[in-house]
This record gives sequence, structure tokens and C-alpha cells, in this order.
Amino acid sequence: MVIQNRFLKLLAYAVLIGMSLFFLMPIYVMVITSLKPLEDVSLSRMWELPQSVSFDAYAVAFSRLAPNFMNTIYLVVPATLLSALLGSLNGYVLSKWKFRGSDWIFTAILFGMFIPYQAILIPLIQFLQSIGLYNTIAGLVLVHVVYGLPITTLIFRNFYASIPDDLMEAARMDGAGFLSIYAKVVFPLSISGFVVVCIWQFTNIWNEFLFAVSITSTGSQPVMVALQNLSGSQIVQWNVQMAGALLAALPTLLVYIFVGKYFVRGLLAGSVKG
Amino acid sequence: MQSKGISKDKWLAFLFLLPSIIAIAVFVYGFISWTGYVSLTNWNTLTPDFSFAGLRNYIFLFNDYRFLSGMRNTIFFTLFFLLGVLAMGFFLASFIDSNLKGEFFFRNIFLFPMALSFVVTGVVWQWLLNPSTGVNLLFTMLGFESVPQWYTSTTIAFGFPFPLGGIEFGIPVAMLAVVIAAVWQMTGFSLAMYLAGLRGIPDEVKEAARVDGASEFHIYRKVIFPMLMPITVSVVIIMGHMSLKIFDLIYAMTGSGPNFVTDVPGVYMFETTFRGNFFAQGAAIAIIMLVLVAVIIVPYLINARKGES
Repeated sequence: MVIQNRFLKLLAYAVLIGMSLFFLMPIYVMVITSLKPLEDVSLSRMWELPQSVSFDAYAVAFSRLAPNFMNTIYLVVPATLLSALLGSLNGYVLSKWKFRGSDWIFTAILFGMFIPYQAILIPLIQFLQSIGLYNTIAGLVLVHVVYGLPITTLIFRNFYASIPDDLMEAARMDGAGFLSIYAKVVFPLSISGFVVVCIWQFTNIWNEFLFAVSITSTGSQPVMVALQNLSGSQIVQWNVQMAGALLAALPTLLVYIFVGKYFVRGLLAGSVKG
Repeated sequence: MQSKGISKDKWLAFLFLLPSIIAIAVFVYGFISWTGYVSLTNWNTLTPDFSFAGLRNYIFLFNDYRFLSGMRNTIFFTLFFLLGVLAMGFFLASFIDSNLKGEFFFRNIFLFPMALSFVVTGVVWQWLLNPSTGVNLLFTMLGFESVPQWYTSTTIAFGFPFPLGGIEFGIPVAMLAVVIAAVWQMTGFSLAMYLAGLRGIPDEVKEAARVDGASEFHIYRKVIFPMLMPITVSVVIIMGHMSLKIFDLIYAMTGSGPNFVTDVPGVYMFETTFRGNFFAQGAAIAIIMLVLVAVIIVPYLINARKGES
């Protein structure tokens, strides 16, 4: 819809700018608070700019979160790559090598993406304990790979649906089989699919909290659990908390800023139809 | 060519899918069944006790003050959250789609919270909606005499005594603070969906209606709303099922709150299971959450399946 009326146009801008202020308000507060020295942080002057800029809060937050930050990196990188690779193979089979019942199998896999994870948490922990992966990053990697299968399979399946069957036929005529078609035809066409899936998985696993808090304890906790602990401590140092929140959010924010287009594609793909 | 080669490849394809099928069968369906079984036992201590309890854990929950408070809170949270994301997402999408300058800029501002963790959102909004500072400072500056108590309010608006569990049924005002934070974070989803939908409506359709003398309001009501209906349904289902299982945001922002005014089943399950060792009770809560989610998700998935074939 194109707004022609001048007054309406002004009104539209006013609304958009007003809403932008609302959306940016938490970021403003986070940034200015994190730059204040502790004695400058007060309830009544929350909105005021810092009188002097201090990075003390960042130093404290960084020293508290750094080990957990690394834990999250050790978790996110393998979990993202593995779940993307498996999702790609699954999507390939479920779109180009359909067999009787494969559509129902796909639907049954998809269901796993919507369940409240509380419904599998107790047996999951028992299972991880029994194989010695409870309270380890490797255990969390396994969990994120398995429960990431539905979304990665979904995105790749929809993605591969757009590869023309003629291309498959031609490769088959040339004598290519299941694996060589994947390696020579499908995989090279999948780059943007992989980008979308990897960004989506990276963001989700980085931000995830329920598995992180139930499967790990001190030592192997990812950064979001450490951030939550930071805010749960007795004396609330708001500047440290805000600095911590910004540090923990930085990687996914950067991903959004630089490759937001692909992030939004993942977002839309989550609504099943794709 | 050789049909033998193709059938060998078909087997190979199935073989590659098999590990995922087994993983989902065990980790999703197997574990759900096990949780269901645990919910029927007496395992409410640290050491497992698999003696059969029948429906005792469920009966307990449906008379439990905390569980029923959480269910009430979830109902109203879901309601207001959905209204919020649908209205905000639609209006912002329509404005952004009106050929104004800065479209890219505005869209990115409304979408970036989607990239944040609920834990970050919780930490920040906990402070912004702290009754003695944050947003309330702005209200005081604007001259308001009394300011909202946000997530510390114990008021149940339009409340009346509920026959079970001794709770008061009504709108838990404290939940509205969580709704604001959740809408702030998730509006980007409905905005992106509606924007994609609006872009998909050909201009000729609107032009045709306009030539026929329809007013803008009429075009929205008769042309745009109906065409966006499938998107609205998707948003309601995706956001609705998310809000039914919400955990992180509440856990990070408010916890269960005074009188459990901001408690939800997801938080209750986590605390009673892993902090209180009431495993069977936690399992029962989880199964109830699963049923609530399945009621809206299963028809959606079956429908999507039918739409394809």
C-alpha cells in the first residue's frame, strides 16, 4: 500500500519513530548502565548518561563470564555443523528420494520441534547420566544435534524442493547414484541453505537456556546460565549485569547485523510451509 | 535405466535417514512415553521409586494452588501476548510496506530482539520494569501520581474465587509486565511474516478494488485481511505454542513472583523436579504441557501435510 496523503505520511513516520524508540530503549539502558562506575548507578538516575565512562563493569563481567563464553563456543560450533550436515542429508532424502511413508516420517520428525522439552527432560538426564555425558559439553552437543534435527531437516527439505527434478534425472542418466548426486549436484547448490541453517542453529543454541541449565552445573555451564546466575546473586550490581548481558548477546547480535537477511529466512522457514 | 541401481539407491537413501529416525523415535517418542510412565509413579524423592501411583500426581496438580495459578497465568499470558504480537506485527508491517523512506532501517530495529536470548531480555526488562526505577521514572516525570507495580503487583483483575485449589481466577496484572517484554522480543516474527504476506499481494488486486470505489478501510477488510488469514493462523499457532511452554523469560525476569502471580507450568516443572526432587509430579506437569501444545500443533502439522499432497 502506498500512502499518498501528506498528513498520513507524517503520522506513519511519527508512529514508526515512536515505536523505534520503544524497541531501542532497552539497548540504550543497557549501554549507558554498563558504562557507569558502580557509585554512579542509582535507581533515580537510570536514564541519565554516565558522568564518566568506566569499563570496570565490563572487566568484572568479562572475568565472570569468560570461561562460560568459551563453553558456549565449544558447544555451538560442533552442534551447529553436525545438525546442519544431518539436516541436509535428511532433507535430501525426504525431498528427492521419497519412499512410501516418507511424508509421514517427516511429519513425525517435525513434531519434535514443537514439544515442550520439559516432556523429555527427566529421561534425557537419566540417559545422559547412564552414558557418562551428564554435565558435559559433549552431552549438550548431542542434545542440540538431536533436537535440532526437525528444524534443520525442514529447512533443507523445503530448500531442496526447489531443485528441479530434471537435474536429478540428468545426473542419474549419467550414471550418478544417491551419494554422487548429493556430492556433485545437491551439495554445491546448498550453500545458501547451509548459511540459513547454520545461522539459525548458531543463534538458537547460543541463546538456549532450559537444556543448558538442567544438564550442566559449575564448570561446564554455557554463558546464558552464567548470565542468569550473575543476576541471581545477592547484591545486584546493575552495571555488571548489563555489561554481562551485552557481552553474552554480542555474538548473536553481530550475526544479525551482518547476515540478518539469512536469519530472517530461517525465522520464516520455522513456520513449516517455508 | 537399470531399475536395480535405483532400488539400491533407494535403500541407501533410507539407510542415511535411519539414524535420524531412530534418534527421533528414542529421544522424542521414547522419552515422552517414559515421562508419561514416570508421571504415574510415586517417584517423588531423590531415589527413583517406580511403584504405581495411578493418577495421583495429576489429581494433586488439579487441586494445587501453584499449578492452577500457573495455568491461569499461562492462559492470560498467551491471550495478551498473541494480541500484542499480532497487532504490533500487522501495524508495523503495514507502515513499513507503505513505501516510506528508511524501510530497511525500521525493519531491522523491530527485528533485532529476535536474535537475543530470552535470558538477556529477562535481565534487561527486569530492570526497566522494576517499580522503583526504569519506566516508572518516566511516568513520574510525566506527572503521574501513582505508577504501576508491574511484575510485583499481586492484583488479580476481575478476579473471582475458583472452585479448585483456592486460587482467584482473573487477569494477573503482574503477567502484563512479562507480556510487554515478550511482545518486545517476538513482534519481529509476526512483522516478518506479515511483511512477506503483504509483499505477496499483487498491487493489481488492491488497484482493482480501488477502481471499484472501495475505501482503504474496505480494502483492508475485504481484500487484505482475508488474504493474510493463513499467515495469521501460522503466527497464532507458532507464537501460541511458544507461550504455552514459556520458561526462560519468566525464569530470568521474575521467577514465580509473590503468590505465584508470574508462575507458569514450565517454571514449576523445572523447580519441583530439579530443586525439589518431585520427579513424578514434574513429569505430570510436563505431560499436561505437552497435551496443551499437541492440541494445537498436531492438527496444524496434519493440515500442512494434506496441503502438500
